[in-house]
Amino acid sequence: MNLITALARLLIFPGLLFAVPAAWFFLWVERKTVALMQGRVGPPFMQPFFDFVKLTAKSTPPRSGIAGALMRSWPLIALASAAGAVGLLPVLPSSGGFEGDLILLLALLEMPSMCIIAAGFSSRSIFGEIGSAREAALSVSYNIVFLLAIVSIAASQHTFRLEALAALPASPLRLLGIVAIIVCLPAKLHINPFSLPNAEQEIYAGPMTEYAGPELAMWELSHGLEWVAATGLVATLLAPHFGAWWLAALVFVALSFAIVLLLSAVAAATARLAIDTSVRFYWQCTLIFAVLAISSALFMRYRL
Amino acid sequence: MKLWRRLVCLARRRSPWLFHMNAGSCNGCDIELVAALSPRYDAEQLGVRLEGSPRHADIICITGPVTKNSVNAIHTVYGQVCGPKAVVAIGSCPATTNVFIDSRTIDGPLEKHIPVDVFVPGCPPRPDAIIQGVAKAAAILAERGLNPPKATVAIAATVAEEQP
Repeated sequence: MNLITALARLLIFPGLLFAVPAAWFFLWVERKTVALMQGRVGPPFMQPFFDFVKLTAKSTPPRSGIAGALMRSWPLIALASAAGAVGLLPVLPSSGGFEGDLILLLALLEMPSMCIIAAGFSSRSIFGEIGSAREAALSVSYNIVFLLAIVSIAASQHTFRLEALAALPASPLRLLGIVAIIVCLPAKLHINPFSLPNAEQEIYAGPMTEYAGPELAMWELSHGLEWVAATGLVATLLAPHFGAWWLAALVFVALSFAIVLLLSAVAAATARLAIDTSVRFYWQCTLIFAVLAISSALFMRYRL
Repeated sequence: MKLWRRLVCLARRRSPWLFHMNAGSCNGCDIELVAALSPRYDAEQLGVRLEGSPRHADIICITGPVTKNSVNAIHTVYGQVCGPKAVVAIGSCPATTNVFIDSRTIDGPLEKHIPVDVFVPGCPPRPDAIIQGVAKAAAILAERGLNPPKATVAIAATVAEEQP
């Protein structure tokens, strides 16, 4: 990948120029789906944009010292890594990439949740600390399944290169892995039934309790970008290979939108689970599928 | 720069986030405030969101006649909400202390302690009235962003920013 393609991917498509409006759109779809399923009209189309502008123009409480600097930097790190993760997605055919970019993508996808854990603890609010502890427990549970599913897909195709993975045709084994990834997404995006870390009204806003103004706006935006990156990863794995770039982009957007709708509908239809139930769900119920996927992937590798 | 200010003004009017505070209310107004967010009235159409943390809020909705116990909490929460902010007094209690007037456990009305922007009278007020009050407060907030009044700044300076 040369510098110009890398910059174009990071800044234009599927990077910031596409991803930021898409993030607001997905946040709106999430709220609107919940509203429609509750029999309400719901927020207007531009709502997440207005929220973002309003938050950037608000003042922040004074923060001093190392703790204050850390608190200010966590949302920026989360935002940067989420934007980088979106930029790495192999949406367009022959858009470049390098060996092992799947590993970088997984690391960047994990960064926002690490930042949330750190932010909760550095805010020194009791609610933030509870939220961070829950996020850490949840992250340990779903990441095993998430990583096993992705590694099973990569192992069956003998590569850690995203473009090569996206270009190959879908197989039953790959679909099993994708289902396992989709099961992990609600926990990764902190939506119901796994909205424990930022459980609204229960522990105020979890790790975000002490954040205000522009910092909170950065958190909201990085959450939206996480939506784009996580659904985009599934969309690129699901999408068939197209020669025309506009067709590939269109299918990518449509598939991402469908996954967002599915996840929002599940979120609206379920209630929040307790932490022990969530952890048990991933360790006992979902882990079996992930182990099945990776063992069959390895088996297929020896057979071939 | 002017365009940005106008955009901010519009955004403030379209996205009021509420923090609900009970200052000794009988729970009547609290239920009506929650009803305003329910499917029948659906305040989210105006961008209203009920926030758990005062740090996220723009508008503080206070119910109740301000009991002596709640005075410190009101000052703390008012200091924790980041500016620009507005206060909506919901019900007759925070406006006049209502039937609890002259009680020795009451230190009201609310305006003695913090500046109030909108009063929503009623015992309890209807959810539509509460939504109208919040919309008015959001309009006030948008104006305040354009040219912040000196009086509010002076009062905000005397209020303790945070309790340890």
